[in-house]
Amino acid sequence: MSTARGAHAVDPALIELADKIVAQAQAGEQVEAYVSRGQETSVRVYEGEVEQFTSAQSEGIGIRVIRNGRTGFAYAGTLDPASVDEVLSEARDNVEFGTPDEWAALATPDGVPVQPIDLWNEALAAYGTQSKIFLAQQLERLTLAADSRIRVEEANYADGSGEVAVASTTGIRTSGRENGCYVSIGTLADDGPETHTGFGFAVDRNPGDLDLEKAAFEAAQRATRMLGSTKPKSRRLTVVLDPFVTAQFLGVISSTLNGEAVIKGRSLFANRLGETVANPFVTLVDDPTNPLAYSATDVDGEGLAARRNVLIEGGVLKQFVHSSYSGRRAGTASTGNAVRGGFKGTPGCGCLALQLQPGSRSQADIVSGLGDAVLIQSVMGLHSGVNAVSGDFSTGASGVMIRNGALAEPVKEFTIASTLQRMLLDVAEVGGDVDWLPMGAAGLTLVVNDVTMSGD
Amino acid sequence: MIDHDVLERVLSSALRSGGEFAEVYAEDKRSTSAGLDDGKIEQVTSGRDRGAGIRVVKGDTTGFAHTADLSEAGLRAAADAAGAAASQGGGGTRTVALTRQADHRVGTVTQYPDTITKAAKVDILRRVDEAARTSGSAIVQVSAGYGDSRKQVLIANSEGVLAEDEQVRTLLRISAVANGDAGMQTGFDSLGHTIGFELFDRYDVEEVAQRAAQQALTKLKARPAPSGSMPVVIKAGSGGVLFHEACGHGLEADLVGKGSSVYKGRVGERVAADFITLIDDGTMPDEWGAIGFDDEGHVSQRNVLIENGILTDYMWDYLRARKEGRPQSGNGRRQSYMHLPMVRMTNTFVTNGTDDPDDIVRSTEKGVYVAKLGGGSVNTASGDFVFGMNEAYLIENGEITEPLRAGNLIGNGPKVLQDIDMLGNDFEMGNPGTCGKDGQGVPVGDGQPTLRVKSLTIGGTAS
Repeated sequence: MSTARGAHAVDPALIELADKIVAQAQAGEQVEAYVSRGQETSVRVYEGEVEQFTSAQSEGIGIRVIRNGRTGFAYAGTLDPASVDEVLSEARDNVEFGTPDEWAALATPDGVPVQPIDLWNEALAAYGTQSKIFLAQQLERLTLAADSRIRVEEANYADGSGEVAVASTTGIRTSGRENGCYVSIGTLADDGPETHTGFGFAVDRNPGDLDLEKAAFEAAQRATRMLGSTKPKSRRLTVVLDPFVTAQFLGVISSTLNGEAVIKGRSLFANRLGETVANPFVTLVDDPTNPLAYSATDVDGEGLAARRNVLIEGGVLKQFVHSSYSGRRAGTASTGNAVRGGFKGTPGCGCLALQLQPGSRSQADIVSGLGDAVLIQSVMGLHSGVNAVSGDFSTGASGVMIRNGALAEPVKEFTIASTLQRMLLDVAEVGGDVDWLPMGAAGLTLVVNDVTMSGD
Repeated sequence: MIDHDVLERVLSSALRSGGEFAEVYAEDKRSTSAGLDDGKIEQVTSGRDRGAGIRVVKGDTTGFAHTADLSEAGLRAAADAAGAAASQGGGGTRTVALTRQADHRVGTVTQYPDTITKAAKVDILRRVDEAARTSGSAIVQVSAGYGDSRKQVLIANSEGVLAEDEQVRTLLRISAVANGDAGMQTGFDSLGHTIGFELFDRYDVEEVAQRAAQQALTKLKARPAPSGSMPVVIKAGSGGVLFHEACGHGLEADLVGKGSSVYKGRVGERVAADFITLIDDGTMPDEWGAIGFDDEGHVSQRNVLIENGILTDYMWDYLRARKEGRPQSGNGRRQSYMHLPMVRMTNTFVTNGTDDPDDIVRSTEKGVYVAKLGGGSVNTASGDFVFGMNEAYLIENGEITEPLRAGNLIGNGPKVLQDIDMLGNDFEMGNPGTCGKDGQGVPVGDGQPTLRVKSLTIGGTAS
């Protein structure tokens, strides 16, 4: 496969370097070179003044060598020729120490066409320093104006752009570039001796389209909504997950649908393909080709075309996501789900852009139909209290009680707990309010029955 | 890494646009890592990270730029970018004269990673795999990681400081999966010190592997954790992270300065029982958070944060100390040359009390015994925290009884500090940790003796 993602825009030197490394492959050796260069700017504003301004450039190369089923890898955070030579020889040397693995191999082109997605915005590339500073200042002003009880901890603007070239002896040859920007704000609301925090953000490829008002409103609401909050009594009840929380929940679910976790005996859904694992109106799709997704991409971490995969359909487990390695080992094929964190690592396997098929109702309509429930505004400690292998789910939370179809008093310092298996079956409604968050999953309101709330 | 006179010229150049303070932080880090999973050494990785970050401060504004190009031209370009970022106005000329700081090493490295063969490193993983798998037939999966790094840093600033440090760290982590009638359970343990390969002469890797395996096996018989508030006993060396998260962060001067710490304005006040002393100490030899100099060239030191229950001081970096006109405390740290320093902890711990740890359990009628606390996080403004329990048991009638499934533990930092009602005499440091403040990871250590908190909320599913 030879894929040119707006290749005219990528520095030809990166592509040449990747080609040059691949051309040095010896007989019996598979070689892959991943070459990237990036730039980023970040501005932090506090009380109207610039507190930090960072302007940075980085570049690097990662080389993977596979011989006789053994893999070696090395990287360097520079493209200086002497270092690049050292990276290739280190990667080769490292091959000696891997255990032979009959499935180890680089991806080979699979004929799936790359769907063109525009990941580059010229307006951002041309955006001036002063305009970037202004965005952060404006966000701080709007947030302070949103509610007089709010203090601002920090207002940030950040952008990044990157170009990548990947080539391999197995016929992968792809390059592309992308950019994006976001603003974020942290808020504080004082409540006697206590302080509540909030946050808001907006993401876009075009800085002119950043929705500062929404970020300001949400940051103010998240903090002020908690004023006067108390610790609730322990009981079982229905929880309504805010879109941001749902996106985090899907992030946890994604690791159970990872083909590599399945073949290595680390998924609670192994051997359950074709079974009902969720309520029948749960349909979960991984679709990085949807340009609305924050993590949208045209190719995966190994250079294969990214594609739409239906993982759970009507509550039935349809498939896992695979990289070329996990696909080969599972006796199936890559689903275009190799994930890669940059030049410092080799591709793993994972979901790229998860989305629940939305229902039809807004959060307000959903809340109006509930008796005793709690709206979960934020969760804390998902990484520590959730075990994707056993399915145990327990997380700290804060939010607002729902009584007789209306939002009631704010509550904090409690946990919600269940198991992942039960929660998927206990989903009672999927909202229609899709929110494209800067995460690997889209947010929407999700209602889950019969969850244990632990407080006093 | 960089010549003395080049540094002086680069610093002068950085100040050209009117900055009051300029700093070069250069780093050259070589690392090796190897992963084992599913019985196979998956891959050995060699890494090289080398570059410099240049910071210029003017008034309350910090400009920062970094580069992988350590030539004088590369450094000057970054210096100009940082200077411009800090200031749009004009400036003057200032020359900088550097004075080299005396070496300050905490701990001694005897076996540098680059003198050890990759075969020997990989062999550690094979031993770990073997030891975990032979711990019980229910162990169905093992993954382990080995990592070492040798990082040379050089820090020079316009106040004349020139400091060089070398940090060598070696780490082993292992996780095991056990499968039983009620599904799968996991166990985790790790070993890490600011030393070289001698780590494996000093500690028994088989024992570490067996602990991880045993944790998974024990949990096969576990019942759901309870739900609600109750006394919690935390085993020595297994819960220091609670103090890092729930108290330490609130004592960082940058958070205090912005009014986003519950401990703002409370120096001199009683914040804990009189038997509680909390210390942050970057000089503890070999510990995971040990540093010779902090990442601003300030020599590491031992700082008493809470003494006999009284809040004595916060932790400081250059910027926050300059603003308050007081000395730094050696707590300015950063992940790499690509990051700005900020106030960070090193090794944070609660010192010994006088209670016999067995008495602490015996005097608890009903509660939870946490043998291994997991990761956690804190909201520093409110002090609210959450931690996972990797290994926990019920306490019934003064005895440790049944194992519990994973669950979270929540509470409020300042309140927990006041709610500690028993403190053991069996102090231990805990596992190596990575603090992720503001998205930057730095190695940190923590420790505590066995202690009891009167009441914490356990987030299980059992009633």
